[in-house]
Amino acid sequence: MQILIRYSTLFVLTLLVLAALSFALAYLFPGDVLVNLTGITPHNEIQREALIRQYQLDEPYLFQFLYYVQQLLQGNWGYSFISGLPLRDEIAVAMPATIELSTYALLTALFLGVPIGCYAGLKSYTKTDYTINSLSMVSYSFPVFWIALVFILIFSLELGIAPLSGRVSLLFDVPNVSGFVLIDILLADNIDSGLAFVDALHHLILPTASIALISTASMIRITRRSVIDVLKSPYIAAAESRGLSKRKIFFQHILRNALLPILPLMAIQITTLITNAMIVETLFSWPGIGNWLIQAIYQRDYPALRVGMLAVATVVISFTILIDLFNRLIDPSREKYERGAI
Amino acid sequence: MQTGLRWLWGLAGMMLLQGCDKAEREAFYQSGIIYCSESNPVNFNPQTDTSSTTADATAHQLYNRLLNFDPDTGQVIPSLASSWKVSDDGLVYTFQLEKNVAFHETAYFTPSRPFNADDVIFSIDRWRNDSNPYHPVSGGRYPYFESLGIADNIFEVRRINGYRVEIILKREDSSFLANLATDFSVILSAEYADYLLSRGTPERIDHYPIGTGPFKFVSYRKDHFIRFDKHENYWHGAEGNSEHLIYDITPKSSIRLAKLITGECDAIAFPAQTELDIIVNREELTLSEKPGLNVGFWAFNTNRPPFNDPSVRRALALAIDKNTLLEAVYFESATRAKTLLPAASWAFQSDAEDTGYNPVLARKLLDEAGIEPGFTMTIWAMPVERAYNPNAVKMAELIQRYLSAVDIQVDIVTYDWTTFRRHLREGLHDSVLIGWSADNGDPDNFYRPLLSCGAIPSGTNRARWCNREYDQLIDEALQTQDLVRRKAIYAEVNRLLYNELPLVPIAHAYRYQAYRNNLKGMTINPYGGVRFAGVTKSL
Repeated sequence: MQILIRYSTLFVLTLLVLAALSFALAYLFPGDVLVNLTGITPHNEIQREALIRQYQLDEPYLFQFLYYVQQLLQGNWGYSFISGLPLRDEIAVAMPATIELSTYALLTALFLGVPIGCYAGLKSYTKTDYTINSLSMVSYSFPVFWIALVFILIFSLELGIAPLSGRVSLLFDVPNVSGFVLIDILLADNIDSGLAFVDALHHLILPTASIALISTASMIRITRRSVIDVLKSPYIAAAESRGLSKRKIFFQHILRNALLPILPLMAIQITTLITNAMIVETLFSWPGIGNWLIQAIYQRDYPALRVGMLAVATVVISFTILIDLFNRLIDPSREKYERGAI
Repeated sequence: MQTGLRWLWGLAGMMLLQGCDKAEREAFYQSGIIYCSESNPVNFNPQTDTSSTTADATAHQLYNRLLNFDPDTGQVIPSLASSWKVSDDGLVYTFQLEKNVAFHETAYFTPSRPFNADDVIFSIDRWRNDSNPYHPVSGGRYPYFESLGIADNIFEVRRINGYRVEIILKREDSSFLANLATDFSVILSAEYADYLLSRGTPERIDHYPIGTGPFKFVSYRKDHFIRFDKHENYWHGAEGNSEHLIYDITPKSSIRLAKLITGECDAIAFPAQTELDIIVNREELTLSEKPGLNVGFWAFNTNRPPFNDPSVRRALALAIDKNTLLEAVYFESATRAKTLLPAASWAFQSDAEDTGYNPVLARKLLDEAGIEPGFTMTIWAMPVERAYNPNAVKMAELIQRYLSAVDIQVDIVTYDWTTFRRHLREGLHDSVLIGWSADNGDPDNFYRPLLSCGAIPSGTNRARWCNREYDQLIDEALQTQDLVRRKAIYAEVNRLLYNELPLVPIAHAYRYQAYRNNLKGMTINPYGGVRFAGVTKSL
């Protein structure tokens, strides 16, 4: 219980700091503070006065900020300067696309990285291990945008086996319900879901692979390290001396103990993962938040940048804190010295 | 997590089995055409905007006009007006309208009657008549009609009967019919307008469009796509038209080309000049080419000193080498421009005077005009590719180098397209690299919107140059139907422009269109936007 309280306080305080930062951006960005904050360009002085009063911009900064936070909580995030649409709606469409892509990449990384890492750990300091180790080192060192471009060049342009843009062929008019394209396709009744699902999987391959490659590599290295550490521990030697089968030792003793320290490291990976997803999005024209922010930067859409930064930061922090909390709950032994290891 | 995943895989497997019918799949992928366009339209009414992005997305897909251009001859041919008559004094135009022309039936509007004279009157009154309730909607600017002064020249639009309309002009205008055939003179639905007005949402007319064209609007997401469906009751017959039409908005030309190669697009807008070879070398792609009715130029903001001084403008024109610009930016896909008119126009003057490259004389003129060495100016380079200028930023950099040779510093300015044009209209630039694609072959379509006084508020006169003599001359050219006489007047106009140089004409570019071979029926429309009526796809 105490842990829960501690984590919620941490969460709320971090968000407050972020909100303050995003509020400050309205003043730091060039141009009119009112426009940066609301996204509405007043047509005349009367309207301007009304908006200033509404947003309490004539009050001291603290009151302005409090009103700002209140507005954020109510879902009134302002309007895009360029498209004039409510930013909340735009982010509600873009953010799930990014989360979706990151989720698939993370799953791929887990389902490939952990077994390969275990295998390398069990075979530690053999030729197999060195091969896996160096391969993962190499793929970990590639910049993600370069990998993505190479994939596009080989698989889209040369071989023509995978499309290079979007989430699903535009011929499918997939209604946006959950924001996750695969789920939306299953829910849709105006299209041939079977065709659309296959089409969407085709679109997913390259962006997922580009992000997953790097995450898999780091997952392999983390797992391998952890398995090697566990192998050295006395209870493995004890289990061996008791004559347990290798299989039993692996599943009952090595795997469980090796996976525990991986979780907190995964929390750190989330940030890298989402950042990579945002970069890859722009290359694959994936309609996610990264792509959206790049457009906003190019079009100097300051209200969008302000809220976009806040939204991305909130998502990253929520995931990190949640994983950390989860980790603390299942493994109470790691108490004090790792506090706040975000 | 384990069970959830198993469920997902099971589902995916089911889907794979279910969706494997090959014939069905092919039929589906043939049902729609995907066109990779270069930018977002401002809205869905070309009356309110002269940008070719808006025209491409709307003019020939959603709407019809009273008249059309024959793409081969450039002659005005019937469209919604089945025939017309011009009175002897050239002031009264009578149009007989087509019957049984259906408007789009969409999720947001169901028309109760076919097209008739009221729709024509409403569509023209929208841009002509200040007191029309729709005139101020969407900003109340109608740049094409304002820049050509058409609105002011119409005395009255009269309904004779349900299918006959009379337009009475104040002065004779030999380009009037041609103007009614341009992309901008679309016919809207008066019934839809009344319906929106009664619901208090008139601005929806330009965002949820209703027209008579071969496709109807379904949805639009900025920076992503525009969706159209076939108009089942299209009055020309809907059989030859594709079931769906989708604009995939892709600003980067290299990505458009990549998508064309992978088959994610069936046709693309504005292939870059540097990439034409790739398209030619690919078997599955077609590149068609036509000399374009366009001009790329460098315009000076003549409202701002020192660019209000013709000798400063001349000096800057002399400081640049147009031939190098042509080679470096257009890669032999353009011809050097001496005047505003390309050789494809009947009024083209082959012996017109042109500025040469002479940096020494340029510096001398600058010294005489009192421009100190080290003077700084801005060149605005448009952020989008256009046939008339495929890479304005690169051109600006080249000019920057040329001008530094005569001791003038250049700052290059660029914004996204919408902001860019808004700031241009406000006149914040010193000079700008931009151009013009004509909407018909009439020379007036170049001279009037680009440099007449009336075109300053509408924003097409990028030089913000206003010269009484020039306006008189181009007006005079419209008062006569005699082509030889008109040509002589335009020669005089060219001489005036050569002396004043409000802008430096740089190039007339060819027009290209790239598409996959499985698209049948694609043609280049030299007079305006792309058309998808009659285009079909096979695998």
